Amino acid sequence: MKVDSRPGARATQVRTSAKAFLSIFLSFAFVFPTGFALPTPAAGAAAKDKKVKQDPALKGLPITELSADEAILHALNRLAYGPWPGDVERVRQMGLAKWIEQQLNPNAIDDRAAEARLQQFSTLRMSSAKLLAEYPQPKQQQKQAAATEARTERPGDAAAATIARDMSGKGAQEQAADAESAESMKGDTNAAASMKQEPAAEMNAATRGAGKRDLLGGGDPNAVPRAIADDSKRPQRVVEELAMAKVARAIFSQRQLQQVMNDFWFNHFNVFAGKGEDRWFLTAYERDVIQPHTMGKFKDLLTATAKSPAMLFYLDNFLSADPRAADRMAAEQAARQWRRGGFGRPWPPRAPQQQQAKKNVRGLNENYGRELMELHTLGVDGGYTQKDVTEVARCFTGWTIDKPREYADFKFDERLHDPDPKIVLGKKIHAGGMKDGEQVIEVLARHPSTAKFISTKLARRFVSDTPPPSLVERMAQTFQSNDGDIRAVLKTMIYSPEFWSREAYQAKIKTPFELVVSTARALGADVDTPMPLVQWTGRIGEPLYQCQPPTGYADKSDAWVNTGALLNRLNYSLALAGNKVRGSRSDVGSLLGPEADGDAKAALNRAVQIFLGGQTAATTVETLEKQLDSPQLLQAKLDDPVKRVDLGVVAGLVLGAPEFQRR
Amino acid sequence: MSHECCEGVRGLRFSRRYFLKQGGIALVGMSAMPAFLQRAAAATAMPNKKQLVVLFQRGAADGLNIVVPFSEQNYYRLRPTIAIPQPRRGGADAAIDLDGYFGLHPSLAGLEPLFRKDQLAIVHAAGSPDPTRSHFEAQDFMESGTPGVKATEDGWLNRAMEAVPEENASPFRAVAMGPNLPRMLHGSASAIALPDLRQFKVMPQSPAMAATVQGGFEAMYAQTVDHALHGTGTETFEAIDMLRKVDPGKYTPEHGAQFPTNRLGQSLQQIGQLLKANIGVEVLFVDCGGWDNHVNEGGVQGQLSNLLKDLGQGLAAFHQDMGDRMQDIVVVTMSEFGRTAKENGNRGTDHGHANCMFVMGGDVKGGRVYGAWPGLADHQLNEGRDLALTTDFRLVLGEILSKHNGVLDLNAVFPGFENNPRRFAGLIKG
Repeated sequence: MKVDSRPGARATQVRTSAKAFLSIFLSFAFVFPTGFALPTPAAGAAAKDKKVKQDPALKGLPITELSADEAILHALNRLAYGPWPGDVERVRQMGLAKWIEQQLNPNAIDDRAAEARLQQFSTLRMSSAKLLAEYPQPKQQQKQAAATEARTERPGDAAAATIARDMSGKGAQEQAADAESAESMKGDTNAAASMKQEPAAEMNAATRGAGKRDLLGGGDPNAVPRAIADDSKRPQRVVEELAMAKVARAIFSQRQLQQVMNDFWFNHFNVFAGKGEDRWFLTAYERDVIQPHTMGKFKDLLTATAKSPAMLFYLDNFLSADPRAADRMAAEQAARQWRRGGFGRPWPPRAPQQQQAKKNVRGLNENYGRELMELHTLGVDGGYTQKDVTEVARCFTGWTIDKPREYADFKFDERLHDPDPKIVLGKKIHAGGMKDGEQVIEVLARHPSTAKFISTKLARRFVSDTPPPSLVERMAQTFQSNDGDIRAVLKTMIYSPEFWSREAYQAKIKTPFELVVSTARALGADVDTPMPLVQWTGRIGEPLYQCQPPTGYADKSDAWVNTGALLNRLNYSLALAGNKVRGSRSDVGSLLGPEADGDAKAALNRAVQIFLGGQTAATTVETLEKQLDSPQLLQAKLDDPVKRVDLGVVAGLVLGAPEFQRR
Repeated sequence: MSHECCEGVRGLRFSRRYFLKQGGIALVGMSAMPAFLQRAAAATAMPNKKQLVVLFQRGAADGLNIVVPFSEQNYYRLRPTIAIPQPRRGGADAAIDLDGYFGLHPSLAGLEPLFRKDQLAIVHAAGSPDPTRSHFEAQDFMESGTPGVKATEDGWLNRAMEAVPEENASPFRAVAMGPNLPRMLHGSASAIALPDLRQFKVMPQSPAMAATVQGGFEAMYAQTVDHALHGTGTETFEAIDMLRKVDPGKYTPEHGAQFPTNRLGQSLQQIGQLLKANIGVEVLFVDCGGWDNHVNEGGVQGQLSNLLKDLGQGLAAFHQDMGDRMQDIVVVTMSEFGRTAKENGNRGTDHGHANCMFVMGGDVKGGRVYGAWPGLADHQLNEGRDLALTTDFRLVLGEILSKHNGVLDLNAVFPGFENNPRRFAGLIKG
């Protein structure tokens, strides 16, 4: 594109044009690339009324309100984590529709380069069992866990052990709580104190006040967490690697839409890493449960989450049992003893005395049943009642975890299951055993409320905070007529005029994760060590895998626009562009080109062009120019008497612009 | 801050400071002033506003070892290794007798004088009525202020601010000490998260560039047509500027107060700094974790004792540092639930139900342990294991908010809960 190659000329134009006018101008700029005289604002306004002829790069897409540049940038901001240097041009060459098709079929995209970057994270390829074995709890908790297990756990079966514990007079909930290590809870019950503050979590007991750490948790994002620094087998490392991999994939994967969808579904089916054993389960959860289904059938995804140890643990279903299960098991046990004891004992067999003390008997846990409908499928207004919650919970009794500290596999335990018929949303469920829960999944996955709820969430993520109801309606129709096919729903959305409307353009505020990743992409940063980026993400307000409530992180701007967060966004862009983020390097000099070197104004205009697609308010550029007159911006080097522009500052300023906070 | 008035091209800052310094507001008249100037002016001239500090003990603190019911025989039977001994004359390793029935953990000795001076009240057997024993659920409920209702998007502390709207609120009206805004402060009223006062500034690689860089950001956000970001940006830079006045690097607590050097102590010191700076602070939040002592909780000494030392010394130092300002301040503590009355097999305690809350300040009718005491006999325990709950935490907060902070509509703050003043414990004056 010619406009790109003539930074100086464009700069003048940008300065003198208003934002709305500018976009129109852009659409003309490549039609009349050379010798194009500066149009007056009036001419621009007149041009707006004219029907813009569609660019060939946009062929096949219902784009009428956006210019080609805008449409491509829009696609890269919504279906990917923002443009990598040169992406806009590449997509233009290829044709936007073709790029979208590729993104919708990620497995056909060669992604070996990105995968190679993940090789260093060995935990990504381990099973939960292996992670539990290789990254055990530190000593104190180990002792505690051993004590707990010795006291209560019978081999082979956690939930039945729970029943046994209950019968021994100890509440299952506190047993589960025992499993949560003292240290992990110190840090992790507090959503704010997450892995990014791992050292702080340890300050409570032995090391309190000892170190020179930043006690207020502002922390240095460049600091190396202990589990990384000493290459230890601390369990924190598992989630840290997971988070680093997430950042690395989002920056480097060619399968960008896949990464966006991973993030979307993980957040939809959120599991908090700080809850007890879940820190060991999340790796498999993301890899085996979320990723394979991101563009498949919703029902398969839902089923996979329902059977995942991560979700079973997080929402307590692994402890949920038919309240009569304890009686049944006690009776069976007594019967066995009676048989073993031979004749001469009274019939019917009686359970031992202590087992009849029922006040702590484990019963139904509604946690999963409620969230399954409220957050995973129907939505809070999806038309279910408290009775439905209880009935669904009954259906899922017996869906538990086999040896949560050893194998952590899904297991259906018939003994804990409530065998009686249930009624869910007016439908009788009486398939028996594990089929009860599967039938509920079937009913929920096909429910019209689910189609609408999922479509709304997708549209909110991809289109705007308040997506047009007409679009949501069409997406929901696609959902229902295609058996919950997520790819089909995405297509309906992407091929809608609403997706490409002026209203949707730049309508979303980037989440902290989107900001961190898109900034690195914009700079074409090389990232050897993503940990500081993980820590910046937390600092800006979205600690990865640390969302405590099952709702997941918010997908609306009001959650992300606050002063502390904004300041951290600005400081992040300064740090990254200034190559002050450990393990990340970018070459702003070559991005901005040779003209930028000795000329602050040229550098600024080039940065605006590259990072903001040339789109910023004229006054912004003007004011920035004034600021750039500052003598400090020209840094003199010892071996080089010629003063140079500090390009890192220029890039950092532009990446901190309001326009870059949006996508 | 006259030296900053001369920083190059930053005209905006010059004029704002100039106006404030010269008292030009009265001359110009509020209507002619830009909004940010009005805000800044209003924020600086805000006398006698009541302030509330909320301290959240995350992880479920063991209320029964913090405010010890030493007259309960069952307390000593249920806790053979971790119980705090009954008060005795001259004995340091025992509960500090408060009223002949309850005693403070000895590590909270620093708070005893405040209790004696009626500056500190305690509410026992208080908390959230929801039976959950899940940390995350219980914290969520305590912060949303709607136990049992998960769909609530905002937090009670934010709704409390909304209930007393302020047109030109200071950007520092609500501040959370920490990297994130807690759930309690989520909502439509603006609130800021401050991990550390000393770091709340634009940080370019070279400090010499700070003015240039901040000026650049400030100008962009001042001029953007982006409504949401314009507002937040303006607030951010106002906050940075106002904070510079506080000069966070230099602070000497008054009246000989010595804050502990741990995170809580430093946060409380910075809270004190903010309050003294007269920059329109009304609501402050601070987190304090580590209370989930399932193993080796300890009694007179040990993990809980260490945490309580930090807490007690921190609060006492804060009270001392604030001096007369304490007349306008109330500090309230809360924790998601209490812990089991019986110690577990690991000399710790498991997740329980009711807990104790501390309420400290000049408006407090202190020197008393409030709340109906449900007793600790086996049959009196909640579900046979925990301290039963007799005071809903929303009643305690409701009383503070209405009598101290002037919130009139408590229904808006705690929807679905009847916050009848007749049910208030009477722990706030007026």
